[in-house]
Amino acid sequence: MSAQELLELADDELILGWRNSEWTGIAPLLEEDVAFSSIAQNEIGHARAWYELAARELGTTADELAFDRQPDEYRCSRLVELRLVPDWAATIARHHLYETADAERIAALKQSDDPEIAGLAAKIDREEAYHRMHAQMWFERLQDEPRFTAALDELRPLLNVRDEHTPELAELWQEMTIVRRSVAGATW
Amino acid sequence: MDAREQEFLDYVQGGGQVETDDWMPDDYRAKLIKFIEMHGNSELMGVLPEREWILRAPTLQRKLALTAKVQDEVGHSQLIYRVVEDLGKPREQCLADLISGKSKFHNVFHYPTETWGDVGVIAWLVDAAAIISQKALLKCSYAPYARIMKKICWEESFHILHGRDVILTMMLGTDEQRDLVQEALNRWWGPLMQFHGNPIPKEDDPMFVWRIKSQGNGEARQQFLDGYVPQIWELGLTVPDPKLRKRDDGVWEFTEPDWAELKHVVTGHGPKTAERLELRRTTREETAWVRRAVLAEAA
Amino acid sequence: MIYEVFRQERKGQAFAHAGSVEAPNEEFAEAYAREQYGRRGESTALWVVPREAVHEIDDFADELQKNYHRVDGYPLKEKLGRARERAGTA
Repeated sequence: MSAQELLELADDELILGWRNSEWTGIAPLLEEDVAFSSIAQNEIGHARAWYELAARELGTTADELAFDRQPDEYRCSRLVELRLVPDWAATIARHHLYETADAERIAALKQSDDPEIAGLAAKIDREEAYHRMHAQMWFERLQDEPRFTAALDELRPLLNVRDEHTPELAELWQEMTIVRRSVAGATW
Repeated sequence: MDAREQEFLDYVQGGGQVETDDWMPDDYRAKLIKFIEMHGNSELMGVLPEREWILRAPTLQRKLALTAKVQDEVGHSQLIYRVVEDLGKPREQCLADLISGKSKFHNVFHYPTETWGDVGVIAWLVDAAAIISQKALLKCSYAPYARIMKKICWEESFHILHGRDVILTMMLGTDEQRDLVQEALNRWWGPLMQFHGNPIPKEDDPMFVWRIKSQGNGEARQQFLDGYVPQIWELGLTVPDPKLRKRDDGVWEFTEPDWAELKHVVTGHGPKTAERLELRRTTREETAWVRRAVLAEAA
Repeated sequence: MIYEVFRQERKGQAFAHAGSVEAPNEEFAEAYAREQYGRRGESTALWVVPREAVHEIDDFADELQKNYHRVDGYPLKEKLGRARERAGTA
């Protein structure tokens, strides 16, 4: 698996994790706020692990890959870059769609010839099991809500659209990097 | 105070612990709810200034740490509101009273955060001020609250270290980064000094009389100064109070905090109060349908 | 619905009451308990129980002299002293 392919995976997790972290502090239920924040943190953690693998091949660092590229260099799918707060139906719809697709991706990576990739995929899969359980739990709860099924239909086509980014990604990137860019070359 | 209330008072003053279903004087219950509710409100409101920076964290490590810290604050509010609910006031009522301005939250969460320097100062010093009060609450006469304080204190311990790490990294960085820290400290010092409340003698503080609090406000402040001013000074930072010094007898002297400002802020007139309550109100409205869908009786 | 959460910190230790979560059903309660009481690996196991399944008992009758089945019912010092004297081993 090439560094570029790793970046696609890492960027998906990073941007989705970043978007999911936007709910921390304002989720619909306090208990859910805590649970969903863990999912967001795990996604960032997974991104970091994939970036670290790619970084070795590219001669850079995970943070530099995560922050110091230009918005149009990110290889994430259109699905993950959308800002969905405060729409919980859309958020859970995306969560469900992404986890389902990601399960297949991870399953394939677990079969990789590269033992590092296979090993990391196995670890990530064990954490993702809880994400899938959580997505399923919410799917069952919301499946009769029209706004939820509408959101699923609206978001499903965006899963594998990777050709062009929405302006939302550039906005997110501005916010993500504002402190980092404020003092060039600084350690934070 | 009748005989039964007097007996209860003697009991708690003697170190007695009270459980949820025990008889308690109406005044004790009312004071308890008010105190604990304010704590829950503070954790929930404290989330708002910090969560802006989750989105701007400059490294993956800081992003994870800050998200985890804010997650903890939300978790604490969950623990605290559960205690209040078991005392008789439902969570929805607490949240409604918070948003309407009927109930209060701590002064520090009414102020803006301006820079990454604030992120460090808040995690290091505001959390430190809070943990001093929280450690004293481990001895609260109301046992369910004392028990959750144990978990809260344990989780807060990483917050302070994270804060200190953020600050140390900046103090070891560029002049601009060092300036960010000093500037943030200059802005936060006033609210920090007001945080533990005005120096009402503890015998006159009903919270202490009922042993809900086990420490006077002045005492808490002294502990804060004793623990953290040395940590501030050793980095070459200055505290914006020319009168601040430790006497030979160990007591810290300082410029009397602005108690009028404290009162003004906690009664809902802080620089960010209205905006933050409005954010709470709108996010609750926008997600009300979720609570209806989820908390309705399970099929 | 309120669910009580009991946690076991380390294998071999007793499960102790840790707190409670509000959830619509068992599945949500488990997810929420797992997060509130285990996200830092601070527990090896949790029990999640609907509040109404927990029955508290806090009254006990102990009216008549019952030290026959407690350690404090057996002050042996005086008798032991006399027995040793009699055996010449005092």
